[in-house]
Amino acid sequence: MTVHPRYTQIVAVSVLTLLTVSTLAVLVFIIVFVFGKGLPYVSFDFLFTNPKDMGKFGGILPTLIGTVTLPLIAIGIATPLGVGTAVYLTEYTRESRMTRIIRFGADCLAGIPSIIFGLFGFIFFVTTLRMGWSIISGSLTLVFMILPTIIRTSEEAIKSVPYLYREVSFSLGATQWQTVRRVVLPNALPGIVTGIMLSIGRSIGETAAIIFTAGSSLRMPHSIFDSVRTMSVHFYILAREGISNQNAYATAAVLIISILTINLISYWMMNMFIAKKTR
Amino acid sequence: MVIALSAITMLVLIVLFILKEGLPFIFQIGLPNFLLSTDWNPPAGRFGIFPMIAGSLWVTLGAVLVGVPLGLAGAVFLSEFVPRWAMRTIKPTIELLAGIPSVVYGFIGVMVLAPLIREYLGGPGLSILAASVILGIMILPTVMSISIDSIQAVPNSYREGAFALGATHWQTIHMVVVPAARSGIIAGIILGLGRAIGETMAVIMVAGNAVKLPNSPLDSVRTLTANIALEMGYATGMHRQALFATGVVLLIIIMLLNYIAMTAIRKRGRKK
Repeated sequence: MTVHPRYTQIVAVSVLTLLTVSTLAVLVFIIVFVFGKGLPYVSFDFLFTNPKDMGKFGGILPTLIGTVTLPLIAIGIATPLGVGTAVYLTEYTRESRMTRIIRFGADCLAGIPSIIFGLFGFIFFVTTLRMGWSIISGSLTLVFMILPTIIRTSEEAIKSVPYLYREVSFSLGATQWQTVRRVVLPNALPGIVTGIMLSIGRSIGETAAIIFTAGSSLRMPHSIFDSVRTMSVHFYILAREGISNQNAYATAAVLIISILTINLISYWMMNMFIAKKTR
Repeated sequence: MVIALSAITMLVLIVLFILKEGLPFIFQIGLPNFLLSTDWNPPAGRFGIFPMIAGSLWVTLGAVLVGVPLGLAGAVFLSEFVPRWAMRTIKPTIELLAGIPSVVYGFIGVMVLAPLIREYLGGPGLSILAASVILGIMILPTVMSISIDSIQAVPNSYREGAFALGATHWQTIHMVVVPAARSGIIAGIILGLGRAIGETMAVIMVAGNAVKLPNSPLDSVRTLTANIALEMGYATGMHRQALFATGVVLLIIIMLLNYIAMTAIRKRGRKK
């Protein structure tokens, strides 16, 4: 029994359309749902006052501080490491066993689930190095998580700088390092920054790795050795322990807005970068 | 040079420390005892993680059943039937959604999905089914965007060849385009699988976390990741080592999956 191809074509296309539309609908629903429930409660006061009663009332100021400091410190450490690795891989060596090992390391690191980073950070930074639950333990754990992204994006960015630029620089008598610093890196900068922005986005949304390394203290941190609670951890605790659904939705809305904004900026930058390159 | 080795050093550090904490424990109670016993009772010193392994497998399988058909259908539709300009806005939107933190997905599962399941299908609501659907949605962006990339990488001459032979658009897609893009699609699916099996926070919120072998998709389960995250807060001594040993098992599963995905991607790269 065969069905005429024209009918299978019609059936297949309608099924595909239906599936795609429902997929997009689900994804849009999630955002609309959280915004609808949460945005009405987001206000200046909510963002900038201290929580009361374990977050049942009041705002999210300390978690805002945590959400800003952890990724910033992590980026501060991971950027030189990641960009350095990328420069080494692209400018100073040929494809060899060494580069394959480095790439393999970065790829594996990228695939490890966050709970494993959390376990590791807990046993290494919190316990073995005696840093306790603190901003510094959390940030260092994040460095491990975001390094592969930074290496990969920087490598792509550096590779896309035309070889001609380097030749001109060498012909002017510049050393390899001068070329890298004055010619290659400035031209690769937008691509590198894109990688950094994506990493910040990932760090902000991270929960499992942070809850075991930075702890979940709701007090205002005074130094990088204090425990802190990030927005995503705060949201998790509010939601899971049923402390306040209203504040949970509001925190989720703030969380999603910040991540979407950061990702949007990095997309915009990436497009600018690609547009400039192809021109 | 020294900096360039940082990534591999970190990987080694992680593996080393997880193994250092987990392996002695596994040797002490014996691998079969640890993997195959269904008795998880840390205060009594009984550590069998079989229910968690089963839980992880069920939930991941469910996520694949939900996420892969949807993701693949979406990828085919978007790359074959939608004009390029629309594609340029839809694909970034999908990738942006990959940035929504997992806790938010979990919360949606608890607030929206679990009550629906409880009301219409019975059971506690927080179940394999709920976790599968939520994880399926979470891996959609991964599966979709990698599949789109590999479908778009199929040379147009293939499609033209099929059309010239009188094939309909659908015949072209399922006989020519999808097989040609197969290894990329498989890599996307495996990466999605890895994400599903490693996912923690969303699963803790929606899977119910009961330590028992499930009988139906409506039963509550606990996954390997949930087991670690739930008990890490208060575990000490043997109990903590058992959680690290759970991490070892998880790490090995993930490494295997990534290895398969990486070979699949590399094969595609070589073919081109």
